[in-house]
Amino acid sequence: MPILAWGIDMEFLNSIFVAPFVDMFSAPDFLLQVLWEGFVSGILYGLLALGFVLIFKASGVFNFAQGIMVVFAALTLVGIHSFGIPAYVALALTIVVMGVLALTIERVVLRKLVNQPDIILFMATIGLTYFLIGFGELVFGGEPKKMIADELGIPNGSVSWDIFGGVVIFEYRDIAAAVIAAVLVFSLGFFFSKTRIGRALRAVADDHQAALSVGISLNQIWVIVWFAAGIVALATGIMWGAKSDVSFALQVIALKALPVLVLGGFTSIPGAIIGGLIIGFGEKIFEIYWGGLIGGGTESWFAFVIALVFLLFRPQGLFGEKIIDRI
Amino acid sequence: MKKLLAMGVGLATLAGAATVSVPAMAEDSLYLPSLSYRTGAYAGGGIPIANGYADYFAMLNARDGGIGGVKVVVEECETGYKAAKGVECYESTKGKGALVYNPYSTGITLQLIPKAPVDKIPVLSMGYGLSAVGVGEKFPWTFNYPAGYWSQMSSILKYIDSQGDGIKGKKIGYIYLDVGYGKEPIPLLETLSKSMGFTLLKYPVAGKEMQTQSSHWLKVRKDRPDWMVMWGWGAMNSTAIKEAIKIRFPLNKFIGNWWSGAHADLRPIGAAGKGYLSANFSGVGTSFPALQDVIKYVVDKGDSKVKSKDLVGDVLYNRGLFNAVIVAEAIRAAQKLTGKKVITGADMRDGLEAFDLSTARLKELGLEGFTAPIKASCADHEGGGSIFLQQWNGSDWKKVSDQIAPMTDLVKPLLKAAADKYTADKPDWKTQTCK
Repeated sequence: MPILAWGIDMEFLNSIFVAPFVDMFSAPDFLLQVLWEGFVSGILYGLLALGFVLIFKASGVFNFAQGIMVVFAALTLVGIHSFGIPAYVALALTIVVMGVLALTIERVVLRKLVNQPDIILFMATIGLTYFLIGFGELVFGGEPKKMIADELGIPNGSVSWDIFGGVVIFEYRDIAAAVIAAVLVFSLGFFFSKTRIGRALRAVADDHQAALSVGISLNQIWVIVWFAAGIVALATGIMWGAKSDVSFALQVIALKALPVLVLGGFTSIPGAIIGGLIIGFGEKIFEIYWGGLIGGGTESWFAFVIALVFLLFRPQGLFGEKIIDRI
Repeated sequence: MKKLLAMGVGLATLAGAATVSVPAMAEDSLYLPSLSYRTGAYAGGGIPIANGYADYFAMLNARDGGIGGVKVVVEECETGYKAAKGVECYESTKGKGALVYNPYSTGITLQLIPKAPVDKIPVLSMGYGLSAVGVGEKFPWTFNYPAGYWSQMSSILKYIDSQGDGIKGKKIGYIYLDVGYGKEPIPLLETLSKSMGFTLLKYPVAGKEMQTQSSHWLKVRKDRPDWMVMWGWGAMNSTAIKEAIKIRFPLNKFIGNWWSGAHADLRPIGAAGKGYLSANFSGVGTSFPALQDVIKYVVDKGDSKVKSKDLVGDVLYNRGLFNAVIVAEAIRAAQKLTGKKVITGADMRDGLEAFDLSTARLKELGLEGFTAPIKASCADHEGGGSIFLQQWNGSDWKKVSDQIAPMTDLVKPLLKAAADKYTADKPDWKTQTCK
């Protein structure tokens, strides 16, 4: 085996620069499957990140509680349904609960913290997280529950596509996740960019006092934004819950949103989706074709590496606002 | 003044609550701390185990007046399946006369192994923890009845070898939670892959990736293993089975270990999970007289924390109950050995080496056919080590194999080597000599 400089042999170089691409082209159906899985993961990561973006836009604070809001929303939906209430009524009631939660958070937590430093608001969201964990465990218990995906009409099963002498499998639930995420993103994007409330939201994000001085109701904006984040959390909880089960383990997936936010920017709705897709595609392709070289399990850190590389060149993210401070 | 009054009332309430929550530790009781996890990401497994454990002792207290006429006090301490919290629980309860610790986490077990000989309180990691503790001469204070992970893995491989044209030349995929628990059987797998002639493929799943396993299963699809073996826990199990269904991996060639085959794992999947196999060492259901007594004396009287009577008899409920049976038998053995009714941790250690859960004794206890017999001894802290396989039929688990003994000839030397390695860099480690 020829040894190159620094002891690197040809086989090693081949495994990095040649073999993965040979794999891709020798099994194109499998590559398509990897891309589809990357797309589905990406859109779900984007949905997760969207919840953070909405609140960051309105208050300039990273909402530590977004992960537990996903769990809380999903548990509320399953919990209400367990009383024999039809799925769609339970869904509507859950949306009402998320609205009440938003109102309560604004009244009890945020109202008293107007114009306080961001770190104070951030700490408040940490407190909120622990409250929701305790409250959720008290009301719903710690046992995992089955998401009522069938009852909500989200189809089960899959469809196969015979192509390139192989097969690509599309799960109906993954297709539904992609469609729901797309609808949510476009609706929220339209709402916050084209409506009066959306413009007010951007004003609040820039400066609380200035927004108040021109007659924008900070409290109203915060309730609307937390409610929207609650609906996003509910959609995320339904989709992830259907893929696994509904338990407090779900809150961990919120960590997946961090590299997406770094990549897409904390203030951009399209950025959350594009960032999610880059992470989704990137981590799947790397894990499948290069992960084996370093023992696999690269998904737990690869997204953060992509985010770090982006941080070096574009600290505000792909679509984030460039920060220019006057000296 | 109002504020002061409110604070006073609040503090008084808290103090009252604290007093109520600490069970009275009379000197004539048998105190058993229960390191449970009813909260957090793994609560789905922790809750039924804690219920089964507590309910069996509650039944003994109600039916027999305790063990040897002494009441059993079970005090739960919430660990959240976190090693640091587990050690906190240990430190806060060991001074109350704790007889034995059942950590219910490999991470916590590893922390407690060196503490056990110092505090003279044995550790029983029933079917989990460090496999090497089965070597009693090297680990006098730690036990893993009725089987350790290595024995279990060897039984699973033996089952695979007995199917079709054997294991030789096959590809075995191992998907595992990437923590101490999941990594534990890897040294054995690597050794056996050479001696049995199979190719080992590893798929580690990080804790925060439990619910995002699509990459792992894409790799499974790419690698095309003949069999998959899983060492999962919590949400990892149901996600893995759903992903296996998604890539159309044959479920009758997918075997979970005894922590990857609970009702909670398969109920959300239902009929789609039909065919999935898992190891087990404790009976399923409530047809055993001992279980009927638990229902009669505890559950029906509303003294159980179980949410519904239907959950009594579930895999993990019965696992917790079986843990209590071993502890109760060891207490009885210790009482007999010492002639004392109220025993110490050191007496309990001796009891854990002396009990005999024979077929006749199991029948006496109302647990005939519930598990394979266990004969405790000084040298073997693992017991028989047999497991059976159960299969999900779409709505419940059904036993599909006889007891499968481990490949003792292969496993024992490896266990001994691992035990020697563990103690090699600990010059003060206390061993014992067995006759």
